[in-house]
Amino acid sequence: MTDAIALLVVVPIVLALVPIALGRLWDGAGWVAAALAALAHLGLSVTVAAKVISTGRFTYAVGGYTPPFGIELVADGISATLVVLVSVVTVAVVLYARRAGPDSNSFYSELLLLTAGISGVFVTGDVFNLYVFIEITGLATYALVATGRSPAAALASLKYLLVGTIGASLYLLGVGYLYIATGTLNMADLSTQLQAVGYDSPLVLTGFALLVVGLAVKSALYPLHTWQPGAYAESPDSVTAYISALVSTAAAYALFRLVYAVFTPAFDAAVPFALDALVVLASVSVVVGSVLAVLQSDLKRMLAYSSVAQFGLVIAGFAVANATAVTGGLVHLVGHAIMKAGLFVGVGALAGVAGGRTVDDLAGVADRAPVVSAAFAILAFALVGVPPAVGFAGKWHIVLGAVEGGRWGVAAVAVVSTLLTLAYFARVVERMYFQDAPAATADTVSGPDATATADTDAALTPDGGESGSESTDDAKTTGTSGITIEARIVVVAAAVGAVVLGLFASDLIAVFEPVLEVYFQ
Amino acid sequence: MIDLLATHYNYLMFVALVAIGLYGVTASPNLVKKVIGLNIFQVGIFLFFVTSGYVDGAVPPVVHGDVAGTYASPLPHVLILTAIVVGVSLTAVALALIVRIYDAYGTLDEEAIREVQTE
Repeated sequence: MTDAIALLVVVPIVLALVPIALGRLWDGAGWVAAALAALAHLGLSVTVAAKVISTGRFTYAVGGYTPPFGIELVADGISATLVVLVSVVTVAVVLYARRAGPDSNSFYSELLLLTAGISGVFVTGDVFNLYVFIEITGLATYALVATGRSPAAALASLKYLLVGTIGASLYLLGVGYLYIATGTLNMADLSTQLQAVGYDSPLVLTGFALLVVGLAVKSALYPLHTWQPGAYAESPDSVTAYISALVSTAAAYALFRLVYAVFTPAFDAAVPFALDALVVLASVSVVVGSVLAVLQSDLKRMLAYSSVAQFGLVIAGFAVANATAVTGGLVHLVGHAIMKAGLFVGVGALAGVAGGRTVDDLAGVADRAPVVSAAFAILAFALVGVPPAVGFAGKWHIVLGAVEGGRWGVAAVAVVSTLLTLAYFARVVERMYFQDAPAATADTVSGPDATATADTDAALTPDGGESGSESTDDAKTTGTSGITIEARIVVVAAAVGAVVLGLFASDLIAVFEPVLEVYFQ
Repeated sequence: MIDLLATHYNYLMFVALVAIGLYGVTASPNLVKKVIGLNIFQVGIFLFFVTSGYVDGAVPPVVHGDVAGTYASPLPHVLILTAIVVGVSLTAVALALIVRIYDAYGTLDEEAIREVQTE
């Protein structure tokens, strides 16, 4: 049963070979392999989560080599929650990609490699192994961004590769400094050895700085975010949904693990300026990211800059360094993944109806795609932080923790960011609901692509047992809309998920609590 | 100072390689030269790991009989073997992307590509 945690990485990697091996014989191999892997991954992650909930934290020694010499995998409340998140997002994106594409077998191989890399980041207990998984995640993401047909996608991918590799290499250098200081790579062992070496040793401090900067590049904190808007905007919609939900999340989680499992709050007590600097970096990221998001007219770029701000908020929560704020950061990390994935799929779906991806293109789209528009609006307000959605639960704990820790700056920044988030989402929702569609766009919608998908959509809707009464109504009223059933299911599920997760936020916090109690004892 | 140069030249080399690599990535407008800069940057880090594992007069930790001596830990070198593999895959992906970019724009110059894009 503990093997499930290793299989979380092994199963997607092995199944990633199937689309390439069988792709020439059978076109559908990619999707089937991805769907099987996603469902298997879901089963495994639920197994791991069930074991964590019933018996608590457990570890797994890879290859039977005992830690600290061998590589250790760790499952606790936080990593189990995040691997379940990976499974859920994978299932949703594979479902959405069935018709939204990109329709190639190599896409599914890359997607499964990315699933394996991200799962690895979440479960590993070894800092060098973490580097390898970060690089697997990176490589798969660069390839996925480049699946966009336009040359701009290749350029965005190369830029991401250059910046991302420098970030990962700085992380590796930081690992080197810690290894020289302590002679170990195992996280649990490092935490005791570092204390013995002394937290104010120049080696340890330099190592910390390099690790933080490396992971800040990967989680796209301002001013290290430059790769992110291009990569999000130029990739195909299914890719954007997946990477926005999970890739930066993995980096932010790695930062959390390093700060609390390796350096521990004792490091913060000994060297307070290290986390103070991180608080400043994260707070600047929140404000600048939000302002840049307000200035965007392209929807995908707007959501991308919004991620810069939200990750700033998550990492500010981590850096405040008390249990409440860290809980808030983790809840927001999980919530952001669900909301952002839903929003990006929503943009993709609505763009098919509206005929464009700018804020102005969405004028009056609510009349033509009421269900997706409603779900999009719910997700937008969830991200703003309107209760009872999960965005509120996360931000509330971050602000509460900041006040508890006497960091009024972070509390103020969180409130300002909420207002700015409202500013850019209100603009979109206002256009969707209170402006009439320009007459011209109605014609441009019925291009060859749109009618083709609309036809298959109409053909599938009547017999589709999976489409609830709501979406059938939607199909009737929006007649020629180009929104697939899959997209509708994913966006609505994300909206429902964001609200339900918000309602059950206290249960989520109860799952995180035992882990944080160990760190903050 | 001279003493430091004589005994720690390998660490100075690491700093120099990392600096040259970063300069190459940021300063050169040519995409291939950026990738070369990235490789130099990574090689600098590899050198740092490998040189940190060097112990003067030590032998590989392969024990024949009961010879007691100084052994060097092979772990930093093994880590770098992994990192080299990662670096090679990254270079391959980067070059594949550059081929696509060259096909589309007919140039590898970043400035020229930006001009084409804004037109």
